[in-house]
Amino acid sequence: MDELLRDFLTETHESIDVVDVELVRFEQDPNNAKILNNIFRLVHTIKGTCGFLNLPRLEALTHAAEALMGKFRDGTPVTGEAVTLILATIDRVKTLLDELEQNQAEPAGDDRDLIAELGRMAAATASARPAPGPPPRLNEDVIDELERAFRDTPGPRYQAAAIAQPFANATEAPNAGAPVAQGDAGDRGDVAGRDDERPDSKVAHQSIRVHVDTLEHLMTMVSELVLTRNQLLDIGRRNEDSEFKVPLQRLSNVTAELQDGVMKTRMQPIGNAWQKLPRIVRDLSAELDKPIEFEMQGAETELDRQVLDLIKDPLIHMVRNSADHGLEMPAERRAAGKPEKGTIRLAAWHEGGYIIVEVSDDGRGLDTARIKSLVIARGLASESEVEKMTDAQIQKFIFAPGFSTASKVTSVSGRGVGMDVVRANIDQIGGAIDVKSVLGEGTNFVIKIPLTLAIISALIVECAGDRFAIPQLAVVELVRARSNSEHRVEHIKDAAVLRLRNTLLPLFQLSKLLKISDDAESDVENGFIVVTQVGSQTFGIVVDAVFHTEEIVVKPMSGKLRHIAMFCGNTILGDGSVIMIVDPNGLAQKLSGTSSSRLVAETPPEREAEDDMVESMLLFRAGSPQLKAVPLSLVTRLEEIDPRSIEITNGRAVVQYRGQLMPLVSVNSDVRIKDSGSQPLLVFSDEGRSMALVVDEIVDIVEERLDIELTSNTAGILGSAVIKGQATEVIDIAHYLPLAFEDWLHWRNHQTDAAPHHVLLVDDAPFFRNMLTPVLKAAGYAVTPASSADEAVALLQDNRRFDVVVTDIEMPGKDGFELAAAVRANPRTANLPVIGLSSLVSAEAIERGRQVGLHDYVAKFDRQGLIAALKEQTDELVRAA
Amino acid sequence: MNEAPENIIEYVTATVGGQLFGLPISRVQDVFVPDRLTRVPLAPPEIAGLLNLRGRIVTAIDMRRRLDLDAPAGDASRMAVGVESKGESYGLLIDVIGEVMKLPVSGCEDNPINLDPGLARVSAGVHRLDGKLLVVLDVDRVLDVAPAAEAA
Repeated sequence: MDELLRDFLTETHESIDVVDVELVRFEQDPNNAKILNNIFRLVHTIKGTCGFLNLPRLEALTHAAEALMGKFRDGTPVTGEAVTLILATIDRVKTLLDELEQNQAEPAGDDRDLIAELGRMAAATASARPAPGPPPRLNEDVIDELERAFRDTPGPRYQAAAIAQPFANATEAPNAGAPVAQGDAGDRGDVAGRDDERPDSKVAHQSIRVHVDTLEHLMTMVSELVLTRNQLLDIGRRNEDSEFKVPLQRLSNVTAELQDGVMKTRMQPIGNAWQKLPRIVRDLSAELDKPIEFEMQGAETELDRQVLDLIKDPLIHMVRNSADHGLEMPAERRAAGKPEKGTIRLAAWHEGGYIIVEVSDDGRGLDTARIKSLVIARGLASESEVEKMTDAQIQKFIFAPGFSTASKVTSVSGRGVGMDVVRANIDQIGGAIDVKSVLGEGTNFVIKIPLTLAIISALIVECAGDRFAIPQLAVVELVRARSNSEHRVEHIKDAAVLRLRNTLLPLFQLSKLLKISDDAESDVENGFIVVTQVGSQTFGIVVDAVFHTEEIVVKPMSGKLRHIAMFCGNTILGDGSVIMIVDPNGLAQKLSGTSSSRLVAETPPEREAEDDMVESMLLFRAGSPQLKAVPLSLVTRLEEIDPRSIEITNGRAVVQYRGQLMPLVSVNSDVRIKDSGSQPLLVFSDEGRSMALVVDEIVDIVEERLDIELTSNTAGILGSAVIKGQATEVIDIAHYLPLAFEDWLHWRNHQTDAAPHHVLLVDDAPFFRNMLTPVLKAAGYAVTPASSADEAVALLQDNRRFDVVVTDIEMPGKDGFELAAAVRANPRTANLPVIGLSSLVSAEAIERGRQVGLHDYVAKFDRQGLIAALKEQTDELVRAA
Repeated sequence: MNEAPENIIEYVTATVGGQLFGLPISRVQDVFVPDRLTRVPLAPPEIAGLLNLRGRIVTAIDMRRRLDLDAPAGDASRMAVGVESKGESYGLLIDVIGEVMKLPVSGCEDNPINLDPGLARVSAGVHRLDGKLLVVLDVDRVLDVAPAAEAA
């Protein structure tokens, strides 16, 4: 292709994109002469160059558009219709340019339709409001006869003729006049634009065009340099006192700066990806008949062009989505008390090595109820699963494949390929997308993307003797598991889990996932756990060792290995060895594909504890096919033992466990201790003593909001609850502990000798009321449950005699502290002991409890502690009496 | 085939599992001693691993496995023949590297029909030499390693 033509195409593409954006701005702000001048100048430049290169179709088109814009400059009011027409013209120009790029010649045909339309509009505006100031110009008024005017334009201007001559000679006569005509019509533009152009041209001299390939090559070379530097540094570390040390350090610094510099050349403002959006929104606004305000912030935020290319389409898609089904129709908005004009906001900013892009609208928001029913209808989740999800979790389903909430398919969006594609694209570049939405108030998408893909920070780990890199982006934290610390790996059948703060973290051994476990079974109990988050999934990857983090250059996998989803690339480390980069997305997919997705912990929503009490329940079978459950938090440990190690002493089954004899108790008489294989046990510990419940099979762990629906008369069963859509018996641990230890029984008998003390038990969660009531009764207390602080206060007012109040601290409405204060404030109950129960036992909470007059403060699952505290308080009562 | 003396092809010869093979010299980039091979979990069994050859990541293919040949007694010092395909570098792990041979095109015969299917699928013909046979390898077919079945 002709060098001149190529330059023209590059430049024109850029100018046209700018015109697009500027025109939309202009329509909103028609009195801004600066914008108009800017557009005018751009179009004029295009027109001028077209004439110079002999592109008659392009030239005629831009000329007609320019003429119409000239009217605006002369003060004719701007109409939406006119802007639409000019935009249509620009679209035609783009098609012509594309043809030109492919065939290096303008396509056949003409644009009389558009030119006539432009002329008609220019004439119409002219007659509607004759330009008062400037004297009319000949070729401006009668655009209908544009082409004739070109031909008839007399005597060429001298300098224009000099340029046009060689081209004129080479072409047909009618076109010969064209480049010249622009000289005349263009004078105006030149005069107007000259002042603006000067500072621009200075800027232009400070930048040069470099082909993208050149930059790519430069980047590759710098990557190589980084690797070589790393190798040298590695050698340097091994040889102390080497004279290379100082120059090596210098080389290292220079390399780092060079890397920075080259990265910068690849950086482009994110605005480049947005350029088309104002135009798209404008067109949508017209098509959908919704007025839309489009705001953009942070367009200057820079990111790697490779990343930029990849997010361009997702962003366009999201903005379309917002316009099409995010925003309501004007009438609907009016009815909802919102301004008729909807707003779509696009913002970008840097945040710690990432770019955050936010697409928000003030539309109708996501309809969680509708998503729920669709999720169920499409079989993406069962009703019971959906029921226990939070709104945020349900909203995330819009990213599921084949999901579209638009009830009708429009030409714009709603074809069912949508947000899943967006998410796939963003996942691909190691980014993350999240959605927040309030029904009726709007939707807010937040995308987090890395600045660059070429060089990433990665954690180097070892697994089965090999080293692997895990991208730092996905790593949340590192946990060292120890069999004797709070970070203890526990097992549910074959699944390893770790209690990490409030969540149960599913663990996966990297060696097993990669099928490289060597003979020496790696020690999960004492391994390192890389807590990894991908999207909403959090899981732990168990590795043998963790080394350090290193900046690595991602190299693509060989074509023969690219099908392995577990890896996203490979790299050469400082010591020259090749290592694989583990792809967290691939892992997450594999995990959700092979195991029950329930085991991949959903990141807990922030306010979960307050909204509803979700309890981790351990499901097992014992004696019958029906599921049984016990709160996981009560279980100390899950064990599988060899039945041959079970001994019988004094008529009872015991097993040696951690240096002690642990009694075994069967859940019911139908449970038989197995003869061979392994016998699953649930271990419960109290004050250093352990007992084990013998069960047939450990099934699963589920997170459930617990409502015990039927209380039971059967010993050892608290009642029934619906878990995973099945009726499940919740067993009462308090029943089994005395079976294991006779002194428990003695202690209890001793307690019941005295007249029973009356306990007021206040807890909003029925589960705890149901669980604690039998525990306290078993310990010899009379219990009256209350479900809220208000109910408790009413009961206390009611002249009922209570000896002690046990209250949950975290309750909706009035909490335990307030209840304690209320009890203190009432002179009749001022001396009544109050014991607080809380899952959060912190020094501040204890101090606050002391201030409001709590007598004691016990962790929620510490039954032993609660009994002891009760005993202490009631003993004091006895003494006082 | 476009090499200067028309009817002659130069082969780099190599022994794998006792059998002599020839690779067209035009396809061979270099011969090197593989060092520090990184195994690739989940990869097809023929892929021995990856290695760093002067800053390039090279995919090493175990020719014994690829050709279904038994390893000879004692792990002889192994060598690798570097080849390139579609912009990617591969190293074919062989047992012993041999001399370069110039052989006439006309001397290349079709595969015997009873040739082991594992060999037949990568062989481009057989040359009869003094006292032994040289199997000509088709490099592209050698590199056509099927992804492991479990990968899907």
